[in-house]
Amino acid sequence: MLEEVIIAGFGGQGVMLMGRLLAYAGMLEGKNVAWMPSYGPEMRGGTANCTVIISSEEIASPVVPYPKSIIVMNKPSLDKFEATVQKDGLIILNESLIDQKVNRDDVAIVRVPANDIANQLGNLRVANMVALGAYIKKSGVVKLKTIFKALEKTLAGRNQKLIDLNKKALKQGEELGKEC
Amino acid sequence: MAEKILMKGNEAIGEAAICAGCRYYFGYPITPQSELIAYMAKKLLKMKDASFVQAESELAAINMVYGAASTGVRVMTSSSSPGISLMQEGISYIACSEVPCVVVNMMRGGPGLGDIQPAQGDYFQATKGGGHGDYHLIVLAPSSVQELVDLTMDAFDLADKYRNPAMILGDGLLGQMMEAVEFKERPKVDLPSKESWTLVGCKGRKPHWIVPFNLNPSVLEKMNLVINEKYKKLKEHEVRYESINIENADLIIVAYGTVARIVKTVIQKAKKEGINIGLIRPITLFPFPEKIISKTAERIKKFLVVEMSLGQMIEDVKLAVNGKAEVNFYGRCGGIIPTPIEILKELNKYL
Repeated sequence: MLEEVIIAGFGGQGVMLMGRLLAYAGMLEGKNVAWMPSYGPEMRGGTANCTVIISSEEIASPVVPYPKSIIVMNKPSLDKFEATVQKDGLIILNESLIDQKVNRDDVAIVRVPANDIANQLGNLRVANMVALGAYIKKSGVVKLKTIFKALEKTLAGRNQKLIDLNKKALKQGEELGKEC
Repeated sequence: MAEKILMKGNEAIGEAAICAGCRYYFGYPITPQSELIAYMAKKLLKMKDASFVQAESELAAINMVYGAASTGVRVMTSSSSPGISLMQEGISYIACSEVPCVVVNMMRGGPGLGDIQPAQGDYFQATKGGGHGDYHLIVLAPSSVQELVDLTMDAFDLADKYRNPAMILGDGLLGQMMEAVEFKERPKVDLPSKESWTLVGCKGRKPHWIVPFNLNPSVLEKMNLVINEKYKKLKEHEVRYESINIENADLIIVAYGTVARIVKTVIQKAKKEGINIGLIRPITLFPFPEKIISKTAERIKKFLVVEMSLGQMIEDVKLAVNGKAEVNFYGRCGGIIPTPIEILKELNKYL
């Protein structure tokens, strides 16, 4: 089993955390994992992205020019990565901020109104978890249960209310992943 | 078995150093290794009998390392390419004085201020001495976060064993990447006592001297020869490498660090196309694994060296091959990481 996903968005949308949770969950499920952030000046104001690889084998190249899946949280990220997704791959896109057409008919596309759902939940900042929930369901890479565990470990010491809110957002995202 | 934890490469080096007994760190921040200095600050400032200083410059930092090392404690500094250049004078002094320390270089694009993306352009500097005079560092080149941990611990042991500065030569990608790591219980290593040379107060005994010079050429020559003996021993006992599929390969790739991992993907892809590629991955860059390369070149006549530079390690590969096989080169630089596909395309030229 090998999953390679690029998660991209504005700096501040929490794309790095999405990646870390995913990698952590992969590790908890006994897989080899690698998480690689984009770093450098592009993080300020532009798009931030990270690559996550989850594999049952040793991970060779941590650099992934052609991912199986992408999760794009804003327009510039879709523009940057839509052409790179492998055939029969998966695009999860944040419909709240992306209204354009995707120029691919050879991949599965899941549109998630992540910002709108997060706003309904009372905190825009959990939009990332909505998208992540949809991705988890659609890709089946790790169990949602394990993401919860990873969330508790990663956010240990933070406000429990915040952790619960993140879980709620993940669950809502999961529902959306189911429907597609 | 120790629990696996998810850690950034830079932080993993810090934790490994502390596990290895390093309680002294002096450094100056620079991307892409600043998480390491931050980690050391967070940990060491809370520890007893430990010291952390963010120095005013790399020059100050390496001289603080020199001072601490002279007392026999385990000490480390870290930086990235331009910062390491600033440290060269001090590193040369440390090598001449024969005191152990660990220096971490998470390389970035150069020359000059360059950029902050991963590169391997400091191979010459790391393996050929770097500063002035006849000396070498012990140079270890990890290619995963787990290896950053294991080799950092080994670096302290090797530095102590040979009384010579050891360098971890990584790059920005390894530093920034997160992977699962284990901090395994390590077998106790038998290391020489430091009692005979450390500067820890000489009440009741003759003073020790730690000096990076001698103005009498015949004495200085002898000092050089003593140091040189250590390099011979290193070459004899401490060479490390990983080899994959080198028995019947159509072509051997030599690559280290991050590039070696990318090459592993190349090998998998090539196999699907019916091409049999082997890999020799030097883990110690000094001492360089010349014997295995030389031996392999007797059977396999095509080599490709891949680096994130315009060709530095290739010189050592050519020396080892010594005309017995064809040695080609592919490199990207300035912070560009070569992709498996472009390496595959390149190696097809030689088949």
